[in-house]
Amino acid sequence: MSHPILAAYDLKKSYGRGPNRFDALKGVTLEIFAGESVAIVGKSGSGKSTLMHLLALLDKPSTGSVELGGSDTATLKGKRLNETRNKTFGFVFQQFFLTPGASVLENVVLPLKIAGIASRSRKLRGHAALERLELDDKARSKANALSGGQKQRAVIARALVNDPRIIFADEPTGNLDSATGAIVEDILFGLNREQGITLIIVTHDEDLAERCDRRVYIRDGLVVSEEARVAA
Amino acid sequence: MRAIDVVGSAIGNSFRSRLRTTLTVLAIFIGAFTLTITNGLGTGINAYITDTVASIGANDVLTVTKVSPDATTTGPQEYSADQITSGGGAAGGAAGRTTVAAITPADLTTIAAIDGVTSVEPSLSVTPDYVTTGSSKKYRLGLGSFVTGTTLQLSAGAQLDPASSERQIALPVSFVAPLGFASDADAIGATVHIGITDAAGTSSVIDATVVGVSEAGLGATGNATANTALTTALYDAQSVGRSATAKDSYAQAVVHFDANASASEVTALQARFTDAGFTAKTVADQIGTFKSVIDAIVLVLNAFAVIALLAASFGIVNTLLMSVQERTREIGLMKAMGMGAGRIFGLFSIEAAFIGFLGSAIGAGIAMIVGTVVSRALSTRLFANLPGLHLISFTPASIITIILIVMGIAFLAGTLPAWRAARQDPIESLRYE
Repeated sequence: MSHPILAAYDLKKSYGRGPNRFDALKGVTLEIFAGESVAIVGKSGSGKSTLMHLLALLDKPSTGSVELGGSDTATLKGKRLNETRNKTFGFVFQQFFLTPGASVLENVVLPLKIAGIASRSRKLRGHAALERLELDDKARSKANALSGGQKQRAVIARALVNDPRIIFADEPTGNLDSATGAIVEDILFGLNREQGITLIIVTHDEDLAERCDRRVYIRDGLVVSEEARVAA
Repeated sequence: MRAIDVVGSAIGNSFRSRLRTTLTVLAIFIGAFTLTITNGLGTGINAYITDTVASIGANDVLTVTKVSPDATTTGPQEYSADQITSGGGAAGGAAGRTTVAAITPADLTTIAAIDGVTSVEPSLSVTPDYVTTGSSKKYRLGLGSFVTGTTLQLSAGAQLDPASSERQIALPVSFVAPLGFASDADAIGATVHIGITDAAGTSSVIDATVVGVSEAGLGATGNATANTALTTALYDAQSVGRSATAKDSYAQAVVHFDANASASEVTALQARFTDAGFTAKTVADQIGTFKSVIDAIVLVLNAFAVIALLAASFGIVNTLLMSVQERTREIGLMKAMGMGAGRIFGLFSIEAAFIGFLGSAIGAGIAMIVGTVVSRALSTRLFANLPGLHLISFTPASIITIILIVMGIAFLAGTLPAWRAARQDPIESLRYE
């Protein structure tokens, strides 16, 4: 079997000291392989968000290690860490985090702007990403003029624009009605299937988790069970 | 992120909250406007002084006075028979009344022997009573003697000829109409009679030819100017009845030196005068007094403008802190997407500098327009008798300096909010509701 694209070994993370000490993660080991779709399922306070932040290299574990493509990420610092996050990951958040006054295109090309890609090339790639999500006609609209589903599609376009290997989705359908949510889910799983982008979804929604290849259940900072998709 | 994108985004961001940016820009505008006006005032007045330097004195001339033996003591000075009270010569500017020792013919010999002195002449102080054309009324006349190398600002006629044996006079422009001349040019070549009283109280009249009509200015405050021949004639007439000793003691002497002398050579020359017991002042020293007064006033005015700018800079801090607060999630997102803390810092501090640029550029621009209009209006009305005075004038260098200073202050004000933004934790920011 090949190396996992992203792996966590005995991750522990605690906040505070002394009597106020809170252990968010108490030793989580998890391997995720390229092209997989994995759901991290748990209630709020279970530690699933903390796990996602550690996997996405937004935070450092107290102990344990995160390996990206077989190499330890603890050595990544400053500029190289930022570059790695920029090139490898795409983010989809529940609250969209779009800049309301800016146009949809400007929002979508933000990762490319951060990467230092020239304006002309940014535009081309931004339009291409929007086209894939059938949102190109809204490129010039202000982000706050979009409906909830359109906003989430714009967010997915933003996550895609830099051709990431892994997309992190934190409750991607949490703010959407079920019909719109289903469309967004289809888009995410379509990307996973057709382009082989690894999908890591953090959710407490069982139905969404059902659609993933694998589900990892977290409770009180520990993995309680792991199950592969039941063959339908 | 590319530097050009950082600047572009920073400028774009500053327009996001228009009302807030406008109010902050307005506060900076007031400071920059004041600073530009006060600076323009200093520039205008100092430029005028520099322009009129030529009419005050030549640049190869030293005005020499003898240091009184007890000049250094404070409090009332003991009377001494050979002291002369000098009220500041007509050409010397308002130096106040100082008691100096009289310069005697022996002193003149000493001065002439000082290394670097090419010639020395006593400056003859003459106080004529009146001037008239004969047919006109008699008018009181103040007279300054003409120093070789001096240039008068003339509205008609030619410069005085110091070497000529003809008794020449340059009348101030204000005397032209009262003396009955039709125009400035009409006065040239006319003969005027100057009345003078000697020590015995006898009045005598000396004739002089008008060769020039001088403009009023800082250097020529309503005084006529005489050439050497006329001054000597008047001095002789005035001195009838005085002892030879009294006649040959002078308040000050005029020394000529090499016109090509460097500044350090002039300083060395002045030091030699000091060693010999004299005080030697160049024209620049005398002008320097004017300039340093103006500079001090402008400095105080500038200080007020800078206080206004400091107040405005707190406005910038406030504006940007609110901005950082509002954009917490956006900052978190950018950091999650791999934007470095340095770039975030740059984004906000450049936004501050841009707000500073907007305020200062608009402030300086409007100040230039207002200053030019006011200056023009004043020079045709209030300062109509000071031709050539532009009360407020601007140099590109000082405008650019002001804009850069304001941008610098704004940048400094922006560092606190920018630092806050830069050290934000992306996870905390993204959780922020």
